[in-house]
Amino acid sequence: MAAEVAAQPVNGTATGSRARWKHMDTLLSRPGAYTDEDDFAPGSVPIGNIEQSRILVIGAGGLGCEILKNLALSGFKHIDVIDMDTIDFLFREKDVGKAKASVAAEFVMKRCPGCVITPYAGKIQDKDEDYYMQFNLVICGLDSIEARRWINATLVGMVDMENPDSLKPLIDGGTEGFKGQSRVIFPTMTSCIECQLDMHAPRAAVPLCTLATIPRQPQHCIEWAHIIKWEEERKDLVLDTDDPEHITWLYQKALGRAKEFKIEGVTYSMTQGVVKNIIPAIASTNAIVAASCCNEAFKIVTSAASFLGTPGENNYMLYTGDASIYTYTFEHQKKDDCPVCGNLPKDLFVNPESTLGELVEGLAERPEAQLKKPNLRTEEKTLYYSSPASLEESTRPNLKRKISEMLADGEEFAVSDPAFEINFRFIARYA
Amino acid sequence: MAAPAEVPPPLQGIPTAKEKKYDRQLRLWGINGQVALESTHIVLINNGPGVTGVETLKNLVLPNVGEFTIIDSAIVSEADLGVNFFLEDASLGKFRAVEAARLLEELNPGVKGHAVTELLETLITQEKALADYNLIIVAAPIDPAILAKIQAHSQQYRIPTFYLHSVGFFSSFSVYLPPTFPIVETHPDPTSTTDLRLLKPWPALSAFAKEKLKGLEEGTMAAHDKAHIPWLCLLLHYLEKWKQAHDGNVPEAFKEKTAFRDTVRAGDYNEENFDEACAAVLKSLNPPTPPSDVRDILSAPETQNLDKSSAPFWLIANAISKFYQEHGQLPLPGAVPDMKAVSADYIILQNIYKTKARQDSAEVLATVRELEKQLGRPQNFVQDAEVENFCKGAAHIHLVRGRSIQIVEAGKAIQFGDRAKAIAKELTNDESLIGLHIAFLAWDEFVATHHTSSQVAGGQGLKVPGSGTDDFEADAEKMTGIAHKIVDNLIKEAETFVEDPEYSQIKEKIAKFCTEILRAGGGELHNIASLTGGLLAQEVIKVITRQYVPIDNTCLFDGVASRTRVLRI
Repeated sequence: MAAEVAAQPVNGTATGSRARWKHMDTLLSRPGAYTDEDDFAPGSVPIGNIEQSRILVIGAGGLGCEILKNLALSGFKHIDVIDMDTIDFLFREKDVGKAKASVAAEFVMKRCPGCVITPYAGKIQDKDEDYYMQFNLVICGLDSIEARRWINATLVGMVDMENPDSLKPLIDGGTEGFKGQSRVIFPTMTSCIECQLDMHAPRAAVPLCTLATIPRQPQHCIEWAHIIKWEEERKDLVLDTDDPEHITWLYQKALGRAKEFKIEGVTYSMTQGVVKNIIPAIASTNAIVAASCCNEAFKIVTSAASFLGTPGENNYMLYTGDASIYTYTFEHQKKDDCPVCGNLPKDLFVNPESTLGELVEGLAERPEAQLKKPNLRTEEKTLYYSSPASLEESTRPNLKRKISEMLADGEEFAVSDPAFEINFRFIARYA
Repeated sequence: MAAPAEVPPPLQGIPTAKEKKYDRQLRLWGINGQVALESTHIVLINNGPGVTGVETLKNLVLPNVGEFTIIDSAIVSEADLGVNFFLEDASLGKFRAVEAARLLEELNPGVKGHAVTELLETLITQEKALADYNLIIVAAPIDPAILAKIQAHSQQYRIPTFYLHSVGFFSSFSVYLPPTFPIVETHPDPTSTTDLRLLKPWPALSAFAKEKLKGLEEGTMAAHDKAHIPWLCLLLHYLEKWKQAHDGNVPEAFKEKTAFRDTVRAGDYNEENFDEACAAVLKSLNPPTPPSDVRDILSAPETQNLDKSSAPFWLIANAISKFYQEHGQLPLPGAVPDMKAVSADYIILQNIYKTKARQDSAEVLATVRELEKQLGRPQNFVQDAEVENFCKGAAHIHLVRGRSIQIVEAGKAIQFGDRAKAIAKELTNDESLIGLHIAFLAWDEFVATHHTSSQVAGGQGLKVPGSGTDDFEADAEKMTGIAHKIVDNLIKEAETFVEDPEYSQIKEKIAKFCTEILRAGGGELHNIASLTGGLLAQEVIKVITRQYVPIDNTCLFDGVASRTRVLRI
């Protein structure tokens, strides 16, 4: 391959021929209209930074694959990617069953020689702080809120004020249909994922009694088949939402129930959507959000232009494309009572006449909490533990007791959840 | 309990492999949208670094667009390899269109790709050069004379056409759409579409509410029944009471509505259905007035002056405008949100709404059939399903009045025409990206005035500002000069003037856009190309499927500030 003349002179920090990077190097070798001399020295420094940075990408699905491609074509050379899933999609039949992370890494590396992408097929929770410490920046492209919260708490926890290298910018992207968002977090310095949790309120669950006795919607019939009927009739079989026989069984049960109540609209596709919680997704939205995340990464690493996440500046871009094109770019404020990056407990309004059980149930749905297996205690006593089983059993009677018996107005209590390594501090406020 | 010994049910209604593959997008635009996408042949007229166009195609090949063609005579250079994912090392020295088409096809064997490598300026002189395509994407830089030829073709055959720029951290694209481009399936946010007509209930609805409320005031209703009165009936009941106490008037002002809410609240302080009723007061007690742009469509000349060539959309719009004149409201959409209620009551309520919606839709359909007769169109020129669909979404239909793409002409001042005043106002709006649009116009004018045909001896083809090794500063000054002249002409055309310090601030802002664009020397950054390719592909899908609402008509992206802005130019 002929590669003699680099477009722009670069010094020792950049390696090898730069001919293929002509476009990028031209831009990085000239001062920008929005840069100042102190922050940006055109030429070898930003180019060297790109070459030497190590980036971690979490997720190798629709968003993750785009992110890997974008990073490789932004000149990054050292990328790691984590994804626990195998390919179930029918895109390339020969890849079905392989780890998403490895297939994505191989595909991008083949197209972009010189870029090394190291895949890890597993969970982010398998890795410790030493692992995360190797990277300069982390980009998340996943559909799991839980994983986002975990990596966020981990990166915030890693910050050591004595060691500037311990601060790892976190860039997060997410999409649903024609909508999406990208956001940049400088752990401990700017609003974190946990501060922003209420921006993504969980869908309210349908009460069990509606499913059991008064279904009204086709979805209620499907949930009934899924949550109640399967347990009753196929208890010994683990439900596999990818098994068409299982979905068909649920579909037919739901259809039967719908007929009984004269409810219209149960379809196979809806059954699948409800049971698997399928979020509509399209390639173009993934492209927009992934590229926005990588553009921010590129700007952070090179200082070639201002980036989202500078403390006191915008850190969040919301995108909607279903009615014209609209972006809202703003600064989400850091919260002092954030359980992860703040130092104050959060107020939680409770009805003193309601039961502790209702509070525990509510924690799963409250936008600012979203804790599904909570363990609750005050400084003096244990209120309720979801696990282990022995503790659950001994604290279960408390669920029936009134809040006013268990928590004083203004009393602080802590909630932990095995999914996260942190304690959430709340103050009960009678409402 | 063990699973009962029964024969597993036969597998049925299972989606095909294709439905499964495209499941997540079918949930957005449905089978009709997918069919429209699969019958589209899209052409990319690629120029410059050509990354954004190819990224756009990627986002259309994945969801299974019918066919695509890339027209591009460029040869793959090493610089292409670092920025274009659909080229590989072995592509070096080969035709870029051929290589990109091949690698794009690899993504989805269901899509057919073609490459045309003939020089654009000779190709475009052939009469049928663009005859095969039903959507066109053109990438800058391009000789404006050729762009004008392409647009003339688009206008003659009403072919949606996009023209894009992508340079450094900035990008923009404009779309030409036919003069009338109506959309019925706009997919509004479901929470904004509830239309329950509580202020004007019809007899069947009132009767049902009355029956459900029997015994409430007397205190003879069983607790279970009270807890399961649908909130909609609760509101109807308390509205009746309110009217009796207020000379037959319904609560209108905000204060009245909150007072009304208190009376509902007093009905019960704990039950969930009363909570739901209170929460619904503010948004459900509005007269069903259609939004102003829907009324504009109903009174548009195309709606009111039908002729033999009127499309089905206009016939239905005419019928609906008649319906609106007669009833003072649009046809009822007919959907009822979920609410606490026993199954049977909820189903009855649903049927009351559905029945009314069907009646309304039947009335509109009858008018449509009458119009067909009057216009001498064949019976069933308009399909039943079209009418039904239109009636359901009548409050959310949308019309884009397509405009042509602004094309610069060397030596001629750029005109903003009837948009001059509105655009001039944008100049002083801090949020606007009009400055970026003007910078790209200046960029085009620079290209147009520094263009020598590559077929003539010594001709260089298109010269992009800042693309040489040492012309950055000189070109930046030249291009900024052009941009400032465009601003002055715009202010003049709008017959307005802008005073200092605003005037200087506008010029300074535009100078910065120009400098930042020139910094890239005409080069593309992959991230910006990919992002813009995503935006553009989304617009293409909206235009092809005639679902959702496309931009009107220019989208600008600022990758420094990370934001977009849409302008009607």
